Amino acid sequence: MLEIKDLNVSYGAVHAIHGVSLKVNDGEIVSLIGANGAGKTTILRTISGLEKADSGTITFDGTDLRKTEPSKIISLKLAHVPEGRHIFPEMTVEENLEMGAYADPADMDENMKDVYDRFPRLLERRRQLAGTLSGGEQQMLAVGRALMAKPKMILMDEPSMGLSPLLVKEIFSIIKEVNKKGITILLVEQNAKMALSISDRAYVLETGKISIEGPAQELMNDERVKKAYLGQ
Amino acid sequence: MKMPKKYKVSYLINLLGLLVLYGLAVLLFESGVLGTSTTYVKGIFTTACYTIVMVTSLNLVVGVMGEFSLGHAGFVSVGAYVSALASNALSGTGMPNLLVLLIALVIGGIAAGITGMLVGIPALRLRGDYLAIVTVAFAEIIRVCFCNFEFTGGGKTMSGIAKLADFYWVYWITAACVAVMFMFVRSRYGRTVKSIREDYIAAAASGINVTYYKVFTFAVAAFFAGVGGGLYAHYMTAMIPTNFNFNYSAELLSEVIIGGTGSLTGSVIGAAFLSALPEMMRQFSTYRMLAYSVILVLVMIFRPGGIFGTWEFSLTGLLMKLSGKGNKAAKEGQ
Repeated sequence: MLEIKDLNVSYGAVHAIHGVSLKVNDGEIVSLIGANGAGKTTILRTISGLEKADSGTITFDGTDLRKTEPSKIISLKLAHVPEGRHIFPEMTVEENLEMGAYADPADMDENMKDVYDRFPRLLERRRQLAGTLSGGEQQMLAVGRALMAKPKMILMDEPSMGLSPLLVKEIFSIIKEVNKKGITILLVEQNAKMALSISDRAYVLETGKISIEGPAQELMNDERVKKAYLGQ
Repeated sequence: MKMPKKYKVSYLINLLGLLVLYGLAVLLFESGVLGTSTTYVKGIFTTACYTIVMVTSLNLVVGVMGEFSLGHAGFVSVGAYVSALASNALSGTGMPNLLVLLIALVIGGIAAGITGMLVGIPALRLRGDYLAIVTVAFAEIIRVCFCNFEFTGGGKTMSGIAKLADFYWVYWITAACVAVMFMFVRSRYGRTVKSIREDYIAAAASGINVTYYKVFTFAVAAFFAGVGGGLYAHYMTAMIPTNFNFNYSAELLSEVIIGGTGSLTGSVIGAAFLSALPEMMRQFSTYRMLAYSVILVLVMIFRPGGIFGTWEFSLTGLLMKLSGKGNKAAKEGQ
């Protein structure tokens, strides 16, 4: 579904991503794990067109994303849940969801009903300003907003950031559920253990290069991964 | 989702409200209760009206888009000069005065809007303080240009502009401008722009072309600033580029802030009050700037979001409340 080949990205003189290639198949959850500054977020932002790549190809469903305007990417049914939630704090929950349907408002009411079914907490708070929600609820809202676009694939950037362990569990079970409904997910996480536990496959990113890749189960038992990322 | 029928009713009610206000003003001026000061008071009212247009348009940038612009006077001056040139060119063609004024205002507004777009395309890549600095610079560039152009009389006063802006017309033009801006804020466009203010990353992730909408809003705001400038030119009949200096931009901005960023009601009332204030305090002569500053400081201390915050006055809502139809409808009408 999504294929990246030989991607190079740099910020000015700093070469952040060195020839990364990765692939996400239809219906998979693939996670990209690694330490701070490894370039995980950069990869996601480049997929969404928010950063410009120096070279390499990114294709989504046969479309060359490097040649697509960032504002058009969502219309290809590829949604991005940005790092640190990024909801619209001074808008109500419902308005936030409406914004999610911005690119394709056709089935908005129906999609909203689906989102409310999945997140009853959001229905309870639909008239509340999104900025007054708790961290976990805001993350649910961010995911709900992405679902409003009826995506085929969601890019998720650090969904567990700043959440209590209990909420982290909840968010990950939500991701799993979303995936069961047939939505492909590329997950970027620092919480390697949680990420690997729900993923089909995973890539380990180290200073801009993929160092290890394979089925998530395998990576969980990989000595190097255990030592560096799982703290065992 | 609101019903279109409800909109119609609310437009009618608001139009009636405008008519009542207009009737009161006419009564005030025509009955002669003000005696010899009629012209003077009328002048204050006219000043208030065109200031309302300028301040409300600035609020589109500051309140709705959430970016500071300290160069609004630049767009006002483009509108003022271009519309003055347009009406000079049209005078003597035998067209009725109102038509000349309207055409001149539209031309002035479009010129300002285009300037806004040209300034916005490079400047709106910046945010916050940096953008504010750039807007100051652009306004200065515009002012210096007008100081040197032949057709604006150079640094001298440009005089002899036809006095076309009579209070009665200015009132309706102001009402129309504010109504259009209000509809803009409430439209899909307005919602989109607000979402960019709230969080531009999330807005971009929702498929919004952030730069496009920012430039668009900036151009709309500049258009109305230009219309306000046109009214100014045709009321004052003479102007000099230094009228539109940094102080003027800062004054407009402080009126937005005092009224409430994001509240068009606040801008209307803030502009009306603050443009009339210097006149009301004329007997204190130079001390009025002191009073002006004190008001600003007091507002910032007690109402940091401005007097009205983001609250919008709704005549429909008020009437609903008065007739006891419940609070729900009043909230909807906001």
